[in-house]
Amino acid sequence: MNRPRTFYGKGIPGVATGDFKGKLVVLEGPDGSGRSTQIAFLTEWLERRGHAVEHVGLKRSTLVAAELAEAKQGNVLSPRTLSLFYATDFADQLEHRIIPALRAGFIVLADRYIYTLMARDMVRGADLPWLQSVYSIALVPDLVMYLRVAPQKLMERYIYRARELDYWESGMDIGYSRSWYDSFIRYQSELHRTFSKLQAIYGFATINGMRVPRAITRDLQTRIEAVISPDG
Amino acid sequence: MPERTIPNTTPGKLIAVEGLDGSGKSTQVYLLKRWLELSGYKVFFTEWNSSEIVRSATRRGKKQNLLTPTTFSLIHCTDFADRYERNILPMLKAGFIVLADRYKFTALARDTVRGCPQAWVEQLYSFAFQPDITFYFSLPLRTALARILVGRPALKYHEAGMDLGLSPDPVESFKIFQGRIHKAYEALARRNRFTRIDSDRPVEAIQEEVRAILRDRIDLAQYKVAVPRGWRV
Repeated sequence: MNRPRTFYGKGIPGVATGDFKGKLVVLEGPDGSGRSTQIAFLTEWLERRGHAVEHVGLKRSTLVAAELAEAKQGNVLSPRTLSLFYATDFADQLEHRIIPALRAGFIVLADRYIYTLMARDMVRGADLPWLQSVYSIALVPDLVMYLRVAPQKLMERYIYRARELDYWESGMDIGYSRSWYDSFIRYQSELHRTFSKLQAIYGFATINGMRVPRAITRDLQTRIEAVISPDG
Repeated sequence: MPERTIPNTTPGKLIAVEGLDGSGKSTQVYLLKRWLELSGYKVFFTEWNSSEIVRSATRRGKKQNLLTPTTFSLIHCTDFADRYERNILPMLKAGFIVLADRYKFTALARDTVRGCPQAWVEQLYSFAFQPDITFYFSLPLRTALARILVGRPALKYHEAGMDLGLSPDPVESFKIFQGRIHKAYEALARRNRFTRIDSDRPVEAIQEEVRAILRDRIDLAQYKVAVPRGWRV
């Protein structure tokens, strides 16, 4: 039998726990850490083995994704409003996508989860108990892996791909520096420090993201295998 | 007073009005606003659920029936936070009397009736100041229902609490839903030092009492609109 699944808090009104046959696997990490590449590899690998895979991520809800994108474009919302907007987006996906998929026995690959949302808000001054209460609605995942890449390396990857730095991923809204480069390095370092804090609380696996993609994939696969094997 | 609340520390004053649909609170807060304006006080009025940026998402969620108790609660809190940080808080800091037609207690009553844990909703709204005065317009449930049901036969889905599956009949559902909200308000009134106003009286009598309480509890002279030196009006 499956272990009864738990929420971080009291759960969600109208949602019974237990009877979730699927697995919830979370991949965390900054933009440029190789998350999308790894999720593509993992999906292929899981599907080849006959597992049904569902993808979720940030800003993908039916309810508020469009408004959230628009709000970020204009940068008119206060950090708290933006934070609650993201929480709404998360809750909508949790109830309408993650939970039904887990009931149906899917492996849900989450391209980031509550930890990124919490870390971003903490860097912007939100207090942890408030965030923990907001996200007490979340399901405890079967596995959380955090792809760690040094800010300098992230920067190199951005430049290598000739991509421009993203306003939010550089933390330009915080006002560390007018220089995008300085702000990016500072913001990503703060994020990493915050992730380490969250890791102490939530205990997720840190994966060295500075290796070749295939080596990282093998690492992730080993950890996923441990949770999806019948006696895992 | 429950934990997780912070008192207003700004120069402004925050006055909230709460009560059931049909309790007459909107009429009363409108009259209060007119009185303050016409007497030359700095007053700012804000309504529940009116922030531009969140409105379209809320509308779609309601129309397509996408909302669950949790997302219903979160999206309304998002809306509130936007209004709170862009309107209410700056106006309080600027020394205005802010009149709020419904405040966080509306969310606390509705969301807990929908099944969200009370501690969770309280923590969600813990960033917002406790009002200096919370007028709670209280009247018998039957009277409130009669006022609403006489003029407006068409009740909106969420307004009638249809999402709770209380009854397939909107009017029946509304009655049960309002009954539960009423109970939740009464519990909040006990925990939050609401100023209870008997709302089952003529409009004028209620307004007179509300104005008297305001005069008594707030040093209104502080909130007179000042004309900067060198300016003529």
